[in-house]
Amino acid sequence: MVNTAAKVKVDPRDAKLSMAHFFVAFGALALGGLMGLLQTLVRSGKFELPWGIGYYQILTAHGVLMGLVLTTFFIMGFQYAAVSRTAGTHSPAARRTGWIGFWLMTAGTLMSGTMILLNEASVLYTFYAPLKAHWIFYLGLTFVVVGSWVDGAAQIMTYAKWRKNNPGKPSPLLSFMAVINTVMWIVATLGVAATVLFQLLPWSLGLVDTVDVLISRTLFWYFGHPLVYFWLLPAYMCWYAIIPKIIGGKIFSDSLARLSFILFLLFSIPVGFHHQLTEPGIDPAWKFIQVILTFMVIIPSLMTAFSLFATFERYGRSKGATGLFGWFKVLPWNDARFTVPFIGMASFIPAGAGGIINASNQMDQVVHNTIWVTGHFHLTAATSVVLTFFGISYWLVPHLTGRKLTKAMNKLGIIQAWVWFIGMAFMSGAMHFQGLLGGPRRSAFSTYGDSKQALEWIPYQIAQAVGGTILFLGIILVLVIFINLAFFAPKGEEEFPVGEAENLQEKAPMVFENWKLWLGITAALILFAYTIPFIDIIQNAPPGSKGFKTW
Amino acid sequence: MHMHKFEKIWLTFGIGCLVVFLTVVGVSAFYLGNKPASCLTTINPEKVDTTKPFDKPGLHKVEGKEWDYELVFVASAFSYNPAKVEVPLGAKVKVIATTKDVVHGFEMAGTNINMMLEPGYVSEYTTTFDKAGEFLVVCNEYCGTGHHLMFSKIEVVK
Repeated sequence: MVNTAAKVKVDPRDAKLSMAHFFVAFGALALGGLMGLLQTLVRSGKFELPWGIGYYQILTAHGVLMGLVLTTFFIMGFQYAAVSRTAGTHSPAARRTGWIGFWLMTAGTLMSGTMILLNEASVLYTFYAPLKAHWIFYLGLTFVVVGSWVDGAAQIMTYAKWRKNNPGKPSPLLSFMAVINTVMWIVATLGVAATVLFQLLPWSLGLVDTVDVLISRTLFWYFGHPLVYFWLLPAYMCWYAIIPKIIGGKIFSDSLARLSFILFLLFSIPVGFHHQLTEPGIDPAWKFIQVILTFMVIIPSLMTAFSLFATFERYGRSKGATGLFGWFKVLPWNDARFTVPFIGMASFIPAGAGGIINASNQMDQVVHNTIWVTGHFHLTAATSVVLTFFGISYWLVPHLTGRKLTKAMNKLGIIQAWVWFIGMAFMSGAMHFQGLLGGPRRSAFSTYGDSKQALEWIPYQIAQAVGGTILFLGIILVLVIFINLAFFAPKGEEEFPVGEAENLQEKAPMVFENWKLWLGITAALILFAYTIPFIDIIQNAPPGSKGFKTW
Repeated sequence: MHMHKFEKIWLTFGIGCLVVFLTVVGVSAFYLGNKPASCLTTINPEKVDTTKPFDKPGLHKVEGKEWDYELVFVASAFSYNPAKVEVPLGAKVKVIATTKDVVHGFEMAGTNINMMLEPGYVSEYTTTFDKAGEFLVVCNEYCGTGHHLMFSKIEVVK
C-alpha cells in the first residue's frame, strides 16, 4: 500500500501551514458565533443591540465569517494536510504556493471584515446588488477567492507529482477526494469571480453607473450551490476514508467512493437556478431542467449513506454483534473522533430531506426566503459539516502540534457535540416550524404592525434564542478544546487515521483519474444548463440599476 | 468495479423515489399550471410610477380575462403600495408586482404567493383567494435597515 511508515506523519513544515489555517478558522468561529448569538437574542424581541450596531451588520458578519472564512480556511487546511499525509510531503514550491494562498485569503478577510465593521458593507455575503457596498469589501472577497485558488493549487501540485512518480496507479483516496473538491471549487468560483470583477467592482468604483441585477444574481448562484458542496465534501472525506479506520473497520468500496465524488464534481454546479425558482426573468422550463440536475446530485449522497452504514454494520458483525441492529451498540461511542462526526452524519438525514423539498420547483414557494431555509442550512452546514470538522480537529490538531488528545478532552468533545445537537434541535427545529408559518429569514425582530400572523411567530423566535444560547455554549467548549490541543495538551503522537479498502485486490479504475474526461463533462453540463437561459437573460435585459445604500 | 447487490437495491429504490418526486412536481407544474412565478416582462425601474399598470396600484376588476381581478403592488424601500387592500373571498386574482429600487420579496404569509421582486422585472402570480381573513404580506428578501418594517396587509372579505 501507499501508506508506508515514512508517510504516516504530516511533515512539520506542512503542519505549520495547516495550523495557520485552523487559527483563522477557529478565530472566525469565535467571532461569527458571537454574532449568531446576538442575532437570535435580537429576534427574540427581548434584547436590543447596544452602541448603534445594526442587526444587518452582524448578520453580514455572521454569514461571511461562518459561511466563507471558517469553512474555506478549515477546508484548505484539512485538505492540505490530507494530501501531505497520503500523497507525500509537499515540495518547497507547493508549500510556498500554499502560504501565498493563505496570506491572500487572510488579507482579503481583513479587508472585507473591516468594511463590515465600519458598516460600509451590510449587504450580506450574497451581495444583493443593487445594494452597493464599499469597493474594498468586494476586493477583499476577491482576494479570498483568488487566495483559495492559489492555496488549492498547492494540493494539485503535490497530487500531480504523486501521479508522475506512480504511473498507472490510482492515487491515494484522500488525495483524490481533496483534488476533486478543489477542482470543483475552482470551476464554481469562476461565477462569483465574474460578477465581482466585471460587474460589482467597476460599479462600486464608479467606473460604470449601473449593474444588471439578474446577471449578477445568476452568476452568484452558479457559485452559491456548489459552495455548499465544497463545505460538504471534506465531511464526506472524513466519513468515507477516515471514520472506517477510527472504528477499526474497512472502507466499504474505494471505487464507489471515488465514483460518488466524481458525480459531485459533475452535478454540483449546473443547478444554481434552484436558488432562483421564484425569480422573474428566467424561463420556467430551464428552472425545471436545473431542478432535475439538482436531483441527480442526491444520488452520490444515497451512495454515501449506504457505504457508511455498510461499514458500520460489517464492523459490528465482525465484533460478534447479532440481530438486525446489534452492530449499532458495539460502535465506539466513547471515542469523540467517531461520535462527533456520527451526530453530524445522522443530522444529514433530515437535512437532506429538507433540501429535496427546497429544490422541488414550485414547492419552493412555500418555504422560499422563509426562516425554514435558515433552519435547513443550520442542519446541513452548521451541524453535519461543522460537527465533522470539529471531530476532525480533535485528532488533526494534536497530530499537527505533536500532542495527544487526552481522555478529558475526548470526553469534553463528546459533551460538546451533544450540547450542539440539543442547541440545534431547538434553534433549527423552531426555524423550520416558523418558516412553514411564513416567518421570513434575514429579518430583525418585528411584529409587522401587530399582525396576528407575526405574533404567532414570536414563541418560535424565543425558542431560537434558547437554542442559540446553548449553541454559543457549544462554541465556547469547542474553543476550549481547540486551544488545549493546540497549546496545552501533553506532548505525544496522535494518529492521522487513514482507512483501507475492504477489498485490496479491487483496484480503482484508472478512468477516474482522467481529468480531461471529467472536466469535459462538467463543462458540457454547465454549458447545457446555462447557455440558453443566460443568453435570454442578457438579450432581454431591462435597463440596469444604479447603486443603493439602504442601510 | 463491483457494486454490492444490496447497494443496487438501495440505489434503485432511491433513484426510483427521485423519479416519482420529479414526475409529480413536473406534472403539477407544466400540466396543471402550478409553476413558480417566472414572469418574463421587463420594465424601466426608474419609470415604474408612470408605467401601466403600476401607475395605479391596488385592486382592479378586469373583464374578458381568465382572472377576475388584478392586484397591483409597487414595492420600494421600505413599503408596499397599497399598504392595505381588501379582496373579495373566492376571487381569482392576478397579483402583479415590481420594485422601484432594490431587490425585495413578496410573500403573502400562509399562502403559496411567494415571489422575488427585482428591479427591471415584473413578477406575477395568479391564484384564487379562497380563505377569508387578514393576511400579512412581508418582504422576505433583505433590502436594508428597514427590511423588517416593510409589510402590507391583504384582507380577504366575504
